[in-house]
Amino acid sequence: MMRLPAFRYRAPRTIADAAAWLAENPADTMLLAGGTDLLPNMKRRQQTPATLIGLRGIRELAEIASGETFDIGAGVTLSTLVSHPHVRQRYPGLYQAAAQVATPHLRNMGTIGGNLCLDTRCTYYDQTYQWRKAIDFCMKKDGDTCWVATSSPRCLAVSSTDTAPMLQALAASVTLQSSRGARVVPLADLYANDGMHYLTRQPDEILTKVTLPAIDGWRSAYWKLRRRGSFDFPVAAAAVAAKLDGPDVIDVRIVLGAVASRPVASDQAAAILRGNRLTDELIGAASAAAADVAKPMDNTDFELVWRKSMVRTLVASALHEIRGDDVRARRRQIARQELLLISRSA
Amino acid sequence: MKVRLAFTVNDEPVELLADDYKTLLEVLREDLGLTGTKHGCELGECGACAVLVDGQPLLSCLVLAVESEGRRIETVEGLAAGGRLHPLQECFADLGAAQCGYCTPGILMTAKALLDREPHPSRERIAEALSGNLCRCTGYLQIFEAVEAAAERAETVPSAEETA
Amino acid sequence: MSRPTRVVGRPRRRVDARAKVTGQTRFADDIMLPRMLHCVLLRSTQPHARILGIDTTRAAAVDGVHLVLTGDVFPIPYGILPVSHDEHALCRDKVRFVGDPVAAVIARDEATAERAAQTIDVTYEPLRTFASPADSLAYPEPRIHEYGDHGNVHKAVALQFGDVDAAIDGADHVFDDVFFFEGNTHLPIEQHAAVALKDPDGKLVVYSSTQTPHYLHRALAKALAMPAAHIRVIATPNGGGFGGKSDPFNHEIVVAKAALLLDRPVKVCLTREEVFLCHRGRHPVLMRLRTGVTRDGRITGLDLQTLLDGGAYGSYGVASTFYTGALQTVTYDIPRYRFRGCRVFTNKPPCGPKRGHGTPQSRFGQEVQLDKIAERLEVDPAELRLRIVAPPDSLTANYMRVRTIGLAECIQRVVERSQWKDKFRKLPLGRGVGLACSSYLSGAGLPINWNDLPHSGVQLKLDRSGGVTVFCGATEIGQGSDDVLVAAVSEVLGVDPFDVRAVTGDTDLTPVDLGSYSSRVTMMMGNAAIQAAERAREILASAVSARLEVAKDRLVFADRRVFDSERPDRGVTFQEAVCIAEAAVGTIGTTGSYTPPKSAAHYKGGGVGPTPTYSYTAAVVEAEVDPETGWITVPRVWIAHDIGRAINPTLVRGQVEGSVYMGLGEALMEEQAFRRLPPRLSNALVHKFPSMLEYKSPTSLDMPEIFTDLIEHPDPEGPFGGKEVGQGPLLPIMPAVANAVYDAVGVRVDQIPVTPEKILRALKAKAAGKPPRCGPAAFPEIAWPEALLVAPPWEGGDGRASNEPPKGSRRKADAGVEATAGVRP
Repeated sequence: MMRLPAFRYRAPRTIADAAAWLAENPADTMLLAGGTDLLPNMKRRQQTPATLIGLRGIRELAEIASGETFDIGAGVTLSTLVSHPHVRQRYPGLYQAAAQVATPHLRNMGTIGGNLCLDTRCTYYDQTYQWRKAIDFCMKKDGDTCWVATSSPRCLAVSSTDTAPMLQALAASVTLQSSRGARVVPLADLYANDGMHYLTRQPDEILTKVTLPAIDGWRSAYWKLRRRGSFDFPVAAAAVAAKLDGPDVIDVRIVLGAVASRPVASDQAAAILRGNRLTDELIGAASAAAADVAKPMDNTDFELVWRKSMVRTLVASALHEIRGDDVRARRRQIARQELLLISRSA
Repeated sequence: MKVRLAFTVNDEPVELLADDYKTLLEVLREDLGLTGTKHGCELGECGACAVLVDGQPLLSCLVLAVESEGRRIETVEGLAAGGRLHPLQECFADLGAAQCGYCTPGILMTAKALLDREPHPSRERIAEALSGNLCRCTGYLQIFEAVEAAAERAETVPSAEETA
Repeated sequence: MSRPTRVVGRPRRRVDARAKVTGQTRFADDIMLPRMLHCVLLRSTQPHARILGIDTTRAAAVDGVHLVLTGDVFPIPYGILPVSHDEHALCRDKVRFVGDPVAAVIARDEATAERAAQTIDVTYEPLRTFASPADSLAYPEPRIHEYGDHGNVHKAVALQFGDVDAAIDGADHVFDDVFFFEGNTHLPIEQHAAVALKDPDGKLVVYSSTQTPHYLHRALAKALAMPAAHIRVIATPNGGGFGGKSDPFNHEIVVAKAALLLDRPVKVCLTREEVFLCHRGRHPVLMRLRTGVTRDGRITGLDLQTLLDGGAYGSYGVASTFYTGALQTVTYDIPRYRFRGCRVFTNKPPCGPKRGHGTPQSRFGQEVQLDKIAERLEVDPAELRLRIVAPPDSLTANYMRVRTIGLAECIQRVVERSQWKDKFRKLPLGRGVGLACSSYLSGAGLPINWNDLPHSGVQLKLDRSGGVTVFCGATEIGQGSDDVLVAAVSEVLGVDPFDVRAVTGDTDLTPVDLGSYSSRVTMMMGNAAIQAAERAREILASAVSARLEVAKDRLVFADRRVFDSERPDRGVTFQEAVCIAEAAVGTIGTTGSYTPPKSAAHYKGGGVGPTPTYSYTAAVVEAEVDPETGWITVPRVWIAHDIGRAINPTLVRGQVEGSVYMGLGEALMEEQAFRRLPPRLSNALVHKFPSMLEYKSPTSLDMPEIFTDLIEHPDPEGPFGGKEVGQGPLLPIMPAVANAVYDAVGVRVDQIPVTPEKILRALKAKAAGKPPRCGPAAFPEIAWPEALLVAPPWEGGDGRASNEPPKGSRRKADAGVEATAGVRP
């Protein structure tokens, strides 16, 4: 059996305590929410912190508040999120993103905060210690070379979170708390395009809350590409949020997942659509433009050229769905489930 | 560091000392001798270790024993009650839903949680609920049928005669 | 039996179901013994290297460590096939793949053993990395093994049955196609585990998740230099085999040795990654088929070449090589045939038997080529096959004996059920149907260790309690062998299955059964069980006949009674019958055994392929292919299997659907693939994704509808007429998927797995006016040995090679090969 390395477990009851304990030794302490990302990594010895701070005892982290904004505690599980009526009705793209993460068991355990802070992934990195020793390790952990592209100066591990691209497209912001205080940042600013240093969160900060602005007529859709109907991380994804006035696009945000070390916004694709009628032609042009910013590397399932070509299909499908077209057949084909059609009246 | 833990397993109280870094899977199998819960990967990639914690299907290989304190754990050993097999067990046995039997405990517990919540799930809902459990023997169809049969059987009054 | 059966043929809860659904089945890793220690293996991080030194001093000093072992205490090699005893429990002078075990630590718990193992220092001198057959063929040095045909070619064989070149040259059409089938692995949910101990009497006991306790028994006796009589192997209930647990393994021998040295139980359980490294899975095979056909589709000759990537050790590989060429002729009428197969060593986990064992790869080539032939000749693919189905009770060009063959009916059934004629070439772009057929053995006709001993033995104990205990070495791997055993006995004796207890897979208690592989158990164990039960029935019948003064042939054994068929009220209970017999003749015990009929193939290599009788399968796969993206979905599969007789229809359905599931996995997504790092930077060669997440197997959301039909025409060779079902239904799925893709979007993917990327590549080629195909370009030039020439039966042959060297001049090594191939040296 694969087993965890030894560590000390501490269970604070308040955010303040968690932050204080984290500040004691941020370099050798990690936060444990659902454990679905951290514990497998620890079993493979990708991370071996001396102390784990378990967050499940902090009630405040599991609260959901709906008012002017929609506030989701970072400790809310993905299952809870997926079954919340406001998520389905107002942020259907978020529903689709969260509902496709992993498996039902893992969604019962995994949290939104954990999914946003998900470690970047790579087929050279998400391996046991013995396997990594056989390749003499890699840049991200214990080695010097990025084996994905040996002349790359930076690590090319892939952002593999489903909820981050969608929340970024929905203009979400996150609250980061530490003993030094709290700050709110747009979700887009939480990420950096570096496989190793992919989070701008400081080592002594805890992501405590995700805030979504009022829906204000925005529609959303999330399309995920993976080999199977469950378990698998995204190998490409399109998160689209748009505000329409009839057939015309008032505003739109298109964010791609799993094609870089962070969610990538395609401003060019958005510019093509903004202020124009959402026609088939324009959908085609925008999805082609979006595929341009996708730079998948050979470190996931599927061939990178094919993944890149599928970005077009994913973005187009999301736009068609937002327009109100019947995309159920395509959705069944790719997701193996119907998931939700966005409501026209939202 | 060893921690004193107290929780219930299959409605019976349990108290033990366990290291911080032990998983619920390890404690169930190695400390409590409940080897009905299986392991296929220990990384959350197969579903074989699924148990119910406070009624929810979780993967015991990724649950720390220390975080089970005070919680209600259900494993396959507790499915049969009062000397009677659970309808799921009867139907799995009758309809060929278990071949090698290794993935069976994880699937039974996950299916139980489904039926507890949704007494008459559609085939689609069953497939979805079990999408975190891999089976290499059956091809899943006899498993779906067994869950559907169990949903129907649970409605009728259980017969007085226990089928072996 | 003319009477309707009471047990056989009825859907029934299997005998071990209750234990499995209550979680009480005790798998190997569930065994917890007092004072048990835990073993962890340290494995090579080099793909190919000499071991210069191993320093275990730090490991031995770790608190809680009881023993550290290295290869120096394992001098005796072993292996499954007599011709390739090329493994040592721990590597001695070199390592041959990343994952090859080099040391073992036995400690109070797994975590301690793991920590200690990490402190072991191994000094390696790297050697050239052989990543693919191209490497192995190009570089004869350094040799991965010091044995084998030459260089890094493990084995090359050539068999010719008739003047196949003339047959092809004289044909109306010649088809020449190259195909590739990627390697894949078994992925059982249960990881391999074993517990070894010295029992109170001092004998060695090894519990293991093995499919082949008998072969493990032999290997332990050899490797540990102990009498087999002092070793007991108990095959624990198995959490999935599929061929992956049929070799004797390093970890089994290591824990046995440790238990002997420490006189404490020692357990080992492999991690999932280690299971990928153990492998023994499907060989990657590159193949070339040159086939001549007449204008109405009859095959004039087939010239098949296969190249197998064997990985680092022999395993079943020589047999696998022959298997790639064995079954072409038992499905379709092929008057002349040449088979050339070559297996090479590479520095990867060894390949061995996986469900279908070497036959699925060339089956893929044959069935896709038939589709191409049908298209060129403008014949419906089902119709084409119906024209050329092999005849029953016949001998093939390569001397395989076909008994019953229900293939035509299978084809007709799936054609009807799938509404083939309304769909084939008639569905809109993006939807298609594909047909394929296959056949498989109901057990290998020759044993691995050549001798005249039975392949399966069954022992029965009946006593005054009225209960029956049946003993057999057969191994329950989920396929239902325990249930078949009980069904056979209870049917013959007329008792309820619950009255019968099965004791299986224990070398101390049960007569030898060779193991659960080649789909042999129902056939061989079943027949042996019937014999033992009939002998017991005979004893009871004699005694009851005397007591009741009723003629023996009027006695019926049914419903737990023995009674007069003409006056049913006149009889005794089964229990009374046993008492009467026990009083009359003493303690009652009977045996039954089974040896397959002798094969007609007397040439070197003819030992692979024969079987008591073949099963047959036909399948239609419906596929949806998105022409824009290449995305492929399979919504429906129709399958008909010629099973002879279904012993327990519930279990049979499970085998068919499970085979379809596994076939789809192989067809669409399973790959045992490797990464070779840039040679100028590293010699590393590693398994690309040794995890259940990244090695893709279908989930509950990825399954199609499956419509199963069983064709039941009892075969005289089979128990109650039954033939195999555990492997056959898997085989047509992969080619049917490829054929369906062609029907859907007009491109050929001549390669497994059939993935969206390949489909799209072929579609783009088509759009650019190039051949609409994605597949291997060519088959390499191989220095084949001179072919053994065996005239087919209808050309005056006698099953012997005309140019095989006379007995006296054969070298010892050849004799070993013959032993493998089952030919008397």
